[in-house]
Amino acid sequence: MLDIISIVMVPFMVFIILVHGYIKGIDIYSAFIEGAKEGLKTAINIMPYLIAIFIAVGIFRGSTALDMFIHLLSPITNLLGLPQEIVPLVLIRPVSGSGALGVVKDIIGNYGPDSFLGNLAGIMMGSSETIFYTITLYFGSIGIEDYGHTLKAALISYIISIFITIFIYGIIYNAQFTLFNI
Amino acid sequence: MKGVFFMINIIWFFMIFIGIIYGALTGNLGELNNIILKEAQEGVTFAISLIGIMSFWLGIMNIAQCSGLIKSICNIFRPMMKMIFPDIPKGHPAENWILMNFIANMFGVGNGATAFGLKAMEELDTLSPNNKKATNAMSMFLIINMSSLQLVPLTIIKIRQDYGSINPTSIIGPTILATGLSTLVAIIVGKIFERGN
Repeated sequence: MLDIISIVMVPFMVFIILVHGYIKGIDIYSAFIEGAKEGLKTAINIMPYLIAIFIAVGIFRGSTALDMFIHLLSPITNLLGLPQEIVPLVLIRPVSGSGALGVVKDIIGNYGPDSFLGNLAGIMMGSSETIFYTITLYFGSIGIEDYGHTLKAALISYIISIFITIFIYGIIYNAQFTLFNI
Repeated sequence: MKGVFFMINIIWFFMIFIGIIYGALTGNLGELNNIILKEAQEGVTFAISLIGIMSFWLGIMNIAQCSGLIKSICNIFRPMMKMIFPDIPKGHPAENWILMNFIANMFGVGNGATAFGLKAMEELDTLSPNNKKATNAMSMFLIINMSSLQLVPLTIIKIRQDYGSINPTSIIGPTILATGLSTLVAIIVGKIFERGN
């Protein structure tokens, strides 16, 4: 049901907006052109910031420094009670979206898409964002250099959310398991 | 609090610094040359690939702006917006773009969301007295954005399908729950930091 909504969403939005504008007697064509001119400007504006973050993440990942980092941090994450298999995902997710997707595929491949870990990896991937990319892109586009509390707050929220997700999904999964066994 | 100031400087520096040193130690330097070339190109390709879809969405949204549709939608959400973003004056265009960004994010119109988000930042910048420093409203907007808002994780569903899941879409419910909670946590954490400032 919900995946249907997200498929029809774009045509639906365009349709409503155009019809509404037409009924209101707006010069819809000129309005579109006027707005669309901004697209080029915005894309060119963000290009240097994209290059900067892509290269930094690329070097950090490609040199396998990221793997080392995960290895170094794993005693801490183990101490916090995170499932061992999920740790690389938790650490890569804020830095690299494609990297995280690779880890999710690994976990789903190894444990199966309907296993506890497979589901958990999918949920975690789907309920988080590539924090470093988003923050550099958006602040970069308007030349903000002092991020204030933004990054700290985003990372803290991310960590809290992971624990809530693992905890709640643990309950849901066990409940399902019990139900199916009765 | 030097570490808080210009955090991106430090992070960016250390990612590259550690990457190159570690690459040298592990004999991966040759690989790094390829990565720099590839990623620089990737940045350009990605920005250019955004032009078309961003122009499209900004054009469509300009129609909705002129026809007053955005204003009507924003009126519905105004009380909520007032609570989360108390610093944005009533009826300021930043409000519209923030809402459009949230809605586009929720329904997975990824690049459309980016276009609206960048416009939102631009408008929030006009409200900022110091244009190098993030305002509370900017921080809150990004913190919510980075908590993920997307309702249907299409990529994950696709992967589950590829790996032969019995019910690929069964992940939607738990994901929406997790996304909702993470956004709630983000708003609370953001508010705590605001109060501390």
